[in-house]
Amino acid sequence: MKRLFLVLCTVLAMLSSAVYAADDRKSARVPLPAFKTSTDKSAQCVEPTDVMRRDHMQFILHQRDKTVHDGIRTTKHSFANCVDCHADAKTGSVLGKDGFCESCHAYTAVKLDCFECHSALRETANVTTPSSSTVRALNVSQQEAGESAGSTGSRQVKGKNP
Amino acid sequence: MSINRRQFLGLSGAAVAATALAPGLRLIELAQARSPEEAVTSLHRWGLLIDASKCADGCTSCVDACHVENGVTSHNRPATDAQWIRKVTLKDKQTGHVQTLPLMCLHCEHPPCVDVCPTGASFKRADGIVLVDKHICIGCRYCMMACPYKARSFVHEVTTGQKAHAPRGKGTVESCTLCVHKVDRGDGSTACADACKQEGHQAILFGDLKDPGSEISKRLASQPSTQLRADLKLNTGVRFQGI
Repeated sequence: MKRLFLVLCTVLAMLSSAVYAADDRKSARVPLPAFKTSTDKSAQCVEPTDVMRRDHMQFILHQRDKTVHDGIRTTKHSFANCVDCHADAKTGSVLGKDGFCESCHAYTAVKLDCFECHSALRETANVTTPSSSTVRALNVSQQEAGESAGSTGSRQVKGKNP
Repeated sequence: MSINRRQFLGLSGAAVAATALAPGLRLIELAQARSPEEAVTSLHRWGLLIDASKCADGCTSCVDACHVENGVTSHNRPATDAQWIRKVTLKDKQTGHVQTLPLMCLHCEHPPCVDVCPTGASFKRADGIVLVDKHICIGCRYCMMACPYKARSFVHEVTTGQKAHAPRGKGTVESCTLCVHKVDRGDGSTACADACKQEGHQAILFGDLKDPGSEISKRLASQPSTQLRADLKLNTGVRFQGI
């Protein structure tokens, strides 16, 4: 009995390794959001990328109170500056399926409240009235992300497997 | 040519005085123009002087300009549409004389909307501009009831087409910001004042009430003006003439 179990285990192990060997997209096991970082690749963000990924909400929260109450309108950590830099080249927005903000927030299932009041469009593109479809698209994709993890499959990127 | 000890001392004294004095004069100038990283101070108090006698009947250019500047859109539902500024018609029933004037948040020194706000969302900036911090506003609308001028609006519907400098969203209260983004930029004017000037009426004048050299202060000092509901002792930042 013990021997049979060992054999079964070995066979299973071989089968699974064969499956993974056939799958060249090893990274696909952990899907990552495929956001577009910036329209200008050479442009450096206001803080190092790892700091921004972890603490961007702290920066804009801090700046928010300084701006609203004290009228301090420096551009470094300003919300409008984030949108201006990170808005998609095509849509001019940080929302939408591949939008800089939305793609990652949908992936991590963190609700994105900012754009219920703030404009998601680059200021220069804001001359035309934005359609409400961008807002609707956000809600839909957030629901999808919440309901099925499979919906993020289309946003996988090849790269380092964490 | 050589200079003696007395001349040398005199010249160098003059040079020292010039270098000491010139930057001093410059410093006063700089203190008045605020840099973006500097917080607002109570050295200024921004306000408007509205001359109702110059306000043209039927003209809505200030209202239109305000709503364009701040991205305030209409849903064609006047009962619930937000309005930051509106035209009010006054009629003297005795004489039948009719006049109109624009009415917005009057940016009181002692604002009742701030007194009643349960969350601290309604606040007065150091430079006298009364604002709503929409991040903190819970939409209870106490401030709307407290305001004697009916200056505030509740946003009933999902908003689109906001301006980057004027975020606005459903479920919060909003009102005239005295074009705070323009004030912070140092434009020295508001959208309504600009529009009125462009129309040639010049009924709205924006300025610093604490600067005795400003045009608004000079006019207030030399001409009669009134506060609306002065009996409430709110000391409004927006004053009126010709009513």
